[in-house]
Amino acid sequence: MTEQGPGGGHAPSYDLECRNLVCRFGDFVAVNDVSFGVPEGDFFSILGPSGCGKTTILRMMAGFLQPTSGDFLIKGKSVIDMPPNRRPINMVFQHLALFPMMTVAENIAYGLLRQGINRIDARKKVEDALERIGLPGSGEKKIKQLSGGQQQRVAIARCLVLEPAALLLDEPLGALDLKLREHMKVELKKMQDQFGTTFVYITHDQSEALVMSDHVAVMNQGRFEQIGTPQDLYYQPATAFVAGFVGDTNRWQGRVESVDRDTVKVITQDGVQLLATAAGGEALSQGSQVEIFVRPEAVVITLESERITSQDNRITGELISVLFNGANSRALIRDRHTGGELDVALPQTGEFSHLQRGQEVHLGWSLAHAKAFIQKESGG
Amino acid sequence: MSLSLRSAVRLNLILLLIPVFLWLLLLIILPHIDMLLVSTQVKVRPRVYEFSFANYGEFFSEPLYWRTFARTAIMSIAATLLTLVIAFPVAYYIAKMLRGRMKSFLFLLCLVPFWVSELVRTFGWMILLRESGVFSNLFQWIGFADGPVEMLYNDATIMVGLIYTSMLFMVVPLVTILDSLDDSLVEAGYDLGGNAFTVLRTIIIPHAMPGIVSGCIVVFMLTLGNYLTPVLLGGKDSLWFTAQIYTQFITRFNWELGAAFGFLLLFLSSMIVWMGLKLSRQTLTETMG
Repeated sequence: MTEQGPGGGHAPSYDLECRNLVCRFGDFVAVNDVSFGVPEGDFFSILGPSGCGKTTILRMMAGFLQPTSGDFLIKGKSVIDMPPNRRPINMVFQHLALFPMMTVAENIAYGLLRQGINRIDARKKVEDALERIGLPGSGEKKIKQLSGGQQQRVAIARCLVLEPAALLLDEPLGALDLKLREHMKVELKKMQDQFGTTFVYITHDQSEALVMSDHVAVMNQGRFEQIGTPQDLYYQPATAFVAGFVGDTNRWQGRVESVDRDTVKVITQDGVQLLATAAGGEALSQGSQVEIFVRPEAVVITLESERITSQDNRITGELISVLFNGANSRALIRDRHTGGELDVALPQTGEFSHLQRGQEVHLGWSLAHAKAFIQKESGG
Repeated sequence: MSLSLRSAVRLNLILLLIPVFLWLLLLIILPHIDMLLVSTQVKVRPRVYEFSFANYGEFFSEPLYWRTFARTAIMSIAATLLTLVIAFPVAYYIAKMLRGRMKSFLFLLCLVPFWVSELVRTFGWMILLRESGVFSNLFQWIGFADGPVEMLYNDATIMVGLIYTSMLFMVVPLVTILDSLDDSLVEAGYDLGGNAFTVLRTIIIPHAMPGIVSGCIVVFMLTLGNYLTPVLLGGKDSLWFTAQIYTQFITRFNWELGAAFGFLLLFLSSMIVWMGLKLSRQTLTETMG
């Protein structure tokens, strides 16, 4: 599957397609001209900070909100005038919205009975679904008797038994504790594979989006900043917002000193000279204010300065602390000259396990890993 | 130390509960014991009384009495159900459709009529509905009627008055319980394919059941025990059971029969509430809790 740019082609293989969706509340534009398509069977995430409008998009897709303008198509047919109960997509709510007055089986059967399926067939399907989510025989239980993770699975099964064209998920992992959340990430992905249903997943947690998704749209202030695979977003961010929001990163602000094709020489606010690659597709010229982003793992750390002479950017610093976290260990390093702090990934070889606080280290990174974006006035 | 602390706590609790106990004892338990004793007395000669259940027997042997009771009970049940049917959409609108100031404003509007006494409110209805009243004149002026129209003194008017008086007691528990219904449950009901009716039947009403039942109990008891509204709006023909009790006590000086009627009212209305709870599969603790 290739990347779909905003307003991309109207290939009929899209399961869901939003065209130029706009949603205003008075003067406030919650969703500003958003277009995207989700291919069949895709795990599509919309990632953004809270208040960016992602829930508004989901509610428009589910039919609870009428967009100010724009169109929404399911399998090529516009459903914009269809009420939520007739749209062939279902939603998993943030707090699941399982019906507490019903048993587990009644919850799953609710949608089936609304489709006019007779009780005997419905019961069979419910038992089948309970089997698939690993809760056989729990049909007569009350919702409160289930654990958080089990409730999660019931909420998803309740939708999937209806065989919807797509499942919309509104941050369903937000209410779970950290350990369960990690577990459910894997489980959700498995369930999606198992049922083969298109998922549209909304989250503010970038690790959820990166781990589970086939495609991710990064959203900010009502607009899509970039749509792409998790790898695209991570390695080729299209905007400064994406570079800063997806994954951890070190950033500098500075002014362009000179431009040589894609390579820019930047003097940072602290007076350090750095080489970076122009990114974001905007022309940089001398004097432009830019932000430079460098991933912690792109920085080479060494105790001997000779080993990084080949790197385009070099800094000498002292170790503030080691944030040991197994394979994800980091070192916090203070720049000798400017006092700025850098986050650097430690190689997993154990070579740096004896680093001492205050020890001198040398850092280097290539200009290919340093991405310079025009700095926006709003700082968005 | 801990012992004295505990006894201090206990003393506090006792002091706090004393007014409640006094209230229960003096205003409810003692009068009822007295009523019970009075109701089992039968006058044989002036100032000479005998123990007997004859007063209770009279209730069942004299058709007027038990028919009056049955009529009162049936009309009270009808008034309760009608109040529920009218109050539910009102409560739903206040609890679920409105936000912020408008919500508290409308809620307050429901309360406003209760700032004046029931007597004045009932007179308000009489001013509107009597032969020389506002509606009668209006109908004549428009040409709907040739002469004065009397709209007082019939069952429909009693019903209107009873429902009007009971509204608040139904709206308050319903607003409270509907407020506690998570909007996403309703949305999920629609999202999974339900229409307005199925969402109401399978999600909203089951959730609101404790509020519905507690509202119904309060309204039913108030209506059954109401005296003013049926008598003023229904006149002599109102045949309300409380009016019957009043007659026994005040007009006929037959305190013994009046006391027996009072007890029967308490017992029979409790039975009806109990049956209502059984039918709706609710318990008193969860509706009142």
